[in-house]
Amino acid sequence: MTLDAGLDQPLRVVNVGLELFAEQIEAQGAAVDRVDWRPPAGGPDIASLLARLED
Amino acid sequence: MVLMSVAARLRGQPGVREAAALMGTPANHALLAAAGLASPEVKGAAPGDLVLVVDAESEAAAAAALEAAGAMLEERSRASGVLRRPRTLEAALAARPDANLAVISVPGAYAALEARTALRGGLHVFLFSDNVSLADEVELKRLAAARGLLCMGPDCGTAYLGGIGLGFANVVPRGRIGCVAASGTGLQAVVSQLAALGEGISHGIGVGGRDLSAEVGGTMTTLALAALARDPRTEAIVVISKPPSAAALPALESAIRATGKPVVVCCLGAASSGAPGTWVSTLDDAADAAAALLRGVSWSPRAFSDPDSVRARLAALGPARGTIRGLYTGGTLAHEARLLLEPLLGATGHRILDLGADEFTVGRPHPMLDPDARAAQVREAARDRDVGVVLLDVVLGRGTHPNPAGVVARAVRDARETAARAGRGLLAVASVVGTDADPQGRRHQVEELRAAGVEVLPSNAQAARFVALALRPELALALLGPR
Repeated sequence: MTLDAGLDQPLRVVNVGLELFAEQIEAQGAAVDRVDWRPPAGGPDIASLLARLED
Repeated sequence: MVLMSVAARLRGQPGVREAAALMGTPANHALLAAAGLASPEVKGAAPGDLVLVVDAESEAAAAAALEAAGAMLEERSRASGVLRRPRTLEAALAARPDANLAVISVPGAYAALEARTALRGGLHVFLFSDNVSLADEVELKRLAAARGLLCMGPDCGTAYLGGIGLGFANVVPRGRIGCVAASGTGLQAVVSQLAALGEGISHGIGVGGRDLSAEVGGTMTTLALAALARDPRTEAIVVISKPPSAAALPALESAIRATGKPVVVCCLGAASSGAPGTWVSTLDDAADAAAALLRGVSWSPRAFSDPDSVRARLAALGPARGTIRGLYTGGTLAHEARLLLEPLLGATGHRILDLGADEFTVGRPHPMLDPDARAAQVREAARDRDVGVVLLDVVLGRGTHPNPAGVVARAVRDARETAARAGRGLLAVASVVGTDADPQGRRHQVEELRAAGVEVLPSNAQAARFVALALRPELALALLGPR
C-alpha cells in the first residue's frame, strides 16, 4: 500500500519487536502478525554486511 | 508453564516412568548429562530447541508418549499461534502478502535492516527503535520516499494511521485535524489537548526527531504533508518539531504552501520569520490555534486558560523558594519547559532533566514504561537543600505505565516529608498529558496527584509558567494580566 492509495486503508500489521505494541494494535481492531525475532547470528555488523551483499 | 504441563502429560502416559520437557540451554545440557540422558540427538539441541526426554518400560511406550506430547504442543500452538510464528520479516511477508505496515522495535543495531526489508516489501514503517545511525536514517527515508511509503522514525514514539494508535498513543477521537510530528510526546500533548477541545484527528504521522535536520532534510515531513493535503478527512494540519535546520526550511515552507489547507506550525524554539502557516510557540497553543482556525474564530496565545484560579492557588501557596528540579519523562515537554523558563527566570541553578534521554536509560526501560527511576529522583531532589520546586510531566496512553500518577504521588508525599523534616517547603507542580478515554483515565490521574498535594495545571506550558510565578510573584502582571 503506497501513499497513492491514501492513508485510510485498513491496516494489516507485521510486528517485529515488543509484544506490547502488537497487543495494543490488535486491541484497536487491526490485524497483526508477529515475527518471532531473534538477533541474527554474528551480530549486527555481519547481518548488515550480508544484507548489503544481497543488493 | 507450557513445559511443565507437557512433562506432566508425558508422565501420565502408560508405561512411562519419568519424563522431562526442557529447552536445550547449556545448563539443561549439563543436567541431562548428569542424569545419563545426553543421547546424540539431545546433544544436538540448541537453546531455542525443545527437548523431550522419556524413560519408559518399552520403545513402543516411549514413542506413544512422545506422540501424545507432540499432539498437545500442536494443539497449544494452534491456540496461541506462538510456535507458528515466522522467524524473519521476510518469511512473515511471504506468508502475508497483503501486509501494509511494519511496526519495528528491535534494538537499534538491527532496526535499519528490518526497516529496509519492510520498505522493499512495500510496507509503511513505524520505527520505534532509537540508536539508528543518521546515515541509515537518510538512506531509509530516501528509499521510502522513492516508493511512496512512510518511514515513521527512527525514534518514533507515537503515530496514528487510519484511527489506529501506534506506540505510546492516547485514546483520542477521529476527526478533521492531521498531524505531522517529529516528537512522540509532542504529538501526544497536541492530540490530547485537541480531544479536550472537542476536536479529533484524521491521522498523526510521526517522522522521528531528526527529520528536519540538515542531513535528513525533512524527507518524511514533506511527504507526510503532501499525504495529508490529499487526505479527504484532513481539514487542517499541525506540524510539531524542533526548529528546522536552515537547509530543511525551504522544503518545509514549500510543502506547507502546497497543502492548500490551514497549517499550524509548532517548532519549539523557532519564530516564524515570515514563513507560511500559523507559527506558535507551545504545544497547547498548537492545539488551540488549530481548533480556532477550523472554527473560523480568532485566536491569540494566552499564558493561562484560567488566570483567576492560578491567582487564587498562588495566593494560597505563598511564594516558593529555591531552584527548580524538572524531572521529565517526555523529552519534548522538558525542552518546552526550558524554553519557557529561561527568559522568565534566567539560568540560576534550575535544572530541567529529560529522564528518557540516553544518558538516563542505559540498561533500563524508558521512564514512561518504568516510572521508578523518576520516583527515586523526586525523592532525591527533596534531599537537595537548594531545590524548592519539582516540575513534572505525567504521560498517559496505551503502552505506558498503568498508573504513573500513583507512582509520582507516592514519591511526592515522601519528598515533601523529607523536606518538611529539614524545615523546608517543597512545591510539586505537574501536568498530565492524556484523555479520560485513556486506560489510566486523565481525571483519575489528576485527582491522585492533587491528593498528594501536587499542583496540577492544564498543560505543560502552564505548569512551567506557574512555577515561574511561584518563584517570582512580580511576574504576575506579565503572565496573569491586571487583576
